[in-house]
Amino acid sequence: MIEVISEARCIDCGICVDVCPTNVFDADEHAHPSIARQSDCQTCFLCEAHCPTDALFVSPLSGPAPEGSPLRDEESLAREGRFGEYRGWIGWGHGRTPGSRNDRNQVFTLRLRALRPPEPAAPGSTTAEKEGPRP
Amino acid sequence: MSDVLEIETDVLVAGGGPAGTWAALRAADAGADVVLVDKGWCGASGATAAAGTGVWYVEPDPQAREEAMASREALGGYLADRAWMGRVLDETYAGMNEFAARGRYPFPVDDDGRQIRRGVQGPEYMRRMRMLVRRAGVRILDHSPLLELLTDADGAVVGAAGQRRQAGGDYRIRAGAVVLATGGCAFASGALGTHVDTGDGTLAAAEVGAHLSGMEFSNAYAIAPAHSSVTKTAYYSYASFYRADGTVLEGAGSTRGRSVIARTLLSEPVLARLDHAGPAEREAMRCGQPNFFLAFDRAGIDPFTDRFPITLLAEGTVRGTGGIALASTACDTDVPGLYAAGDVATREYICGGFTGGGSHNAAWALSSGSWAGRAAAAHARTVADRRRAAVPAGGAGLRPAGGEGITAREMVREVQDQVLPYDLNYLRHGDRLAPALETLHGLWREARAGLADADPWRAREAAAMTAVARWMYTAALARDESRGMHKREDRPGSDPTWHHRLDVGGLDEPWTRSAALEVAA
Ligand SMILES: Cc1cc2nc3c(=O)[nH]c(=O)nc-3n(C[C@H](O)[C@H](O)[C@H](O)COP(=O)(O)OP(=O)(O)OC[C@H]3O[C@@H](n4cnc5c(N)ncnc54)[C@H](O)[C@@H]3O)c2cc1C
Ligand code: SF4
Ligand code: SF4
Repeated sequence: MIEVISEARCIDCGICVDVCPTNVFDADEHAHPSIARQSDCQTCFLCEAHCPTDALFVSPLSGPAPEGSPLRDEESLAREGRFGEYRGWIGWGHGRTPGSRNDRNQVFTLRLRALRPPEPAAPGSTTAEKEGPRP
Repeated sequence: MSDVLEIETDVLVAGGGPAGTWAALRAADAGADVVLVDKGWCGASGATAAAGTGVWYVEPDPQAREEAMASREALGGYLADRAWMGRVLDETYAGMNEFAARGRYPFPVDDDGRQIRRGVQGPEYMRRMRMLVRRAGVRILDHSPLLELLTDADGAVVGAAGQRRQAGGDYRIRAGAVVLATGGCAFASGALGTHVDTGDGTLAAAEVGAHLSGMEFSNAYAIAPAHSSVTKTAYYSYASFYRADGTVLEGAGSTRGRSVIARTLLSEPVLARLDHAGPAEREAMRCGQPNFFLAFDRAGIDPFTDRFPITLLAEGTVRGTGGIALASTACDTDVPGLYAAGDVATREYICGGFTGGGSHNAAWALSSGSWAGRAAAAHARTVADRRRAAVPAGGAGLRPAGGEGITAREMVREVQDQVLPYDLNYLRHGDRLAPALETLHGLWREARAGLADADPWRAREAAAMTAVARWMYTAALARDESRGMHKREDRPGSDPTWHHRLDVGGLDEPWTRSAALEVAA
């Protein structure tokens, strides 16, 4: 779930308020957006992807991080290089190459094809033997 | 909440995932005025936006096409249709090629410098689809869930009404045709990107008289780390599965052995480790779907060397198959003026009773979206009077009949109790399905009587999940055999007399009837 909006990095552009598919943030005219409905967060990481200043951190947990967790601590997250990490991977942001260029999805498609379970019995048979071509 | 935004347009598209954006684009290309409403934000919302997506993109080479069509035919219990598959392959091939040129999607290239167009990354794909749709002049209302359809005196669909979550107030849109592209229903299970996919469009369609098909094939479950939302079953083909004491869980696997995992999870934890991935695959995984690793890196887990607890998350009709039945490849429904595309429509025509995950679903969203958009634009041209009297068709969750109140959150929890457990929905048995369906019927009566919420869209989500769950189990009990992903422990094996599709419909009294395999392509 979304855990951190970095006070220092956020420039109040409002993009996260727009893009969050479940409307978790509330805009605030006089301050940074707030995490208004954390329980609606679907942990999709898309606000992080769209934030132009790498100001957001989404924890990997489907539920809220416990009190005192490093997943809620901006300083420790910054030390670990968590801010902007996802944007780096997908290549969003100035001067980066789109990550989609490095996609090797076909590796897995081929793998899955090789692993497919043996075809089940043809229609019309309750046993395992095939009944020839499709009716 | 008295503010109402009134709009008149040719085509209204509800839902802005791949199906909705392709529909909007094609309708606009055909010269129609188009409004697209999304519950979330078109471009980041829905099941595709958050994931890495394989696409059923096959060169128009006869042998490759033949193999592609044959590949899942048996798995789908021979309920798919070659004519539809052929048309989807053609449309997808043309659509992805157009997307490469018009959307300038940065596809990877092979050693010969040719683009590989068999997959797209969700965030990049959907952000570019939004851009294309806007460039085509489509008006987008984000954070504006459709609540109900509007019909005229003859029962034709003439628009829709909904709520504006951020702007405040409601909207009422009169349109020559409406395309539903609101996605499938994953019952708020927590599976990646599916929180918005709650069956809203399915319920709205049934309320105006549309029927569904294939709802027994609605029990897709995907593997995720137990702490996380990130479902990516494909990567677990490199995994070994373990019990908590470190012994190997025999028979468990990401495809065939998934039921072993489900059965074991009923009583004890199951752990996984991606032991079979070599350096090349590890790198490819990172590049393929980076957020897969966010779930591990940030939890301090190395999935290649550590054993970590896993879970199975329900994906309902998102990676299942059932949905609104179509009358032809124009994606028209039983109801004049109403079209359906993507996960909200049944995908049996190309998947039969099997999942379309990994390729077919994306191809279906693109193809059915394109067809629906074009047909809706053509239909809108035939509708002269856009202002004739219209009535709202919504019931449950919007207009409680009177009785004990129940909140949306309570209702969602109670529906989840009946549809998420593996021993009810995944490992199916008539003796367990029947009482679960009874409970759901009771919940539906409660929804009719007293479901309401200060946020009407939440009540509609709860009502829709309840309705979808009932159609799903009604169909699952009716199909007295095992076929495709619908596996009944009490009815092992397929029965030749069941080699046909199954329609389901009805609101207060769900019904089923057998349906022929042939649907006009
Ligand atoms: C993790 C994951 C991985 C997947 N990987 C693959 C893959 O590799 N290959 C493949 O082919 N398929 C894959 N799928 C399936 C694929 O994502 C879906 O089939 C596809 O997203 C369907 O597109 P859609 O537009 O119909 O629905 P969605 O993409 O779910 O979009 C639905 C849209 O409708 C909106 N909406 C919902 N309710 C309303 C309402 N009441 N009013 C207005 N708008 C509403 C939502 O906000 C959303 O924008 C995957 C699914 C998941 C969950
Ligand atoms: S997107 Fe980033 S910079 Fe913009 S308001 Fe949100 S947190 Fe601040
Ligand atoms: S992770 Fe997704 S759902 Fe959560 S706040 Fe960010 S965009 Fe919204």
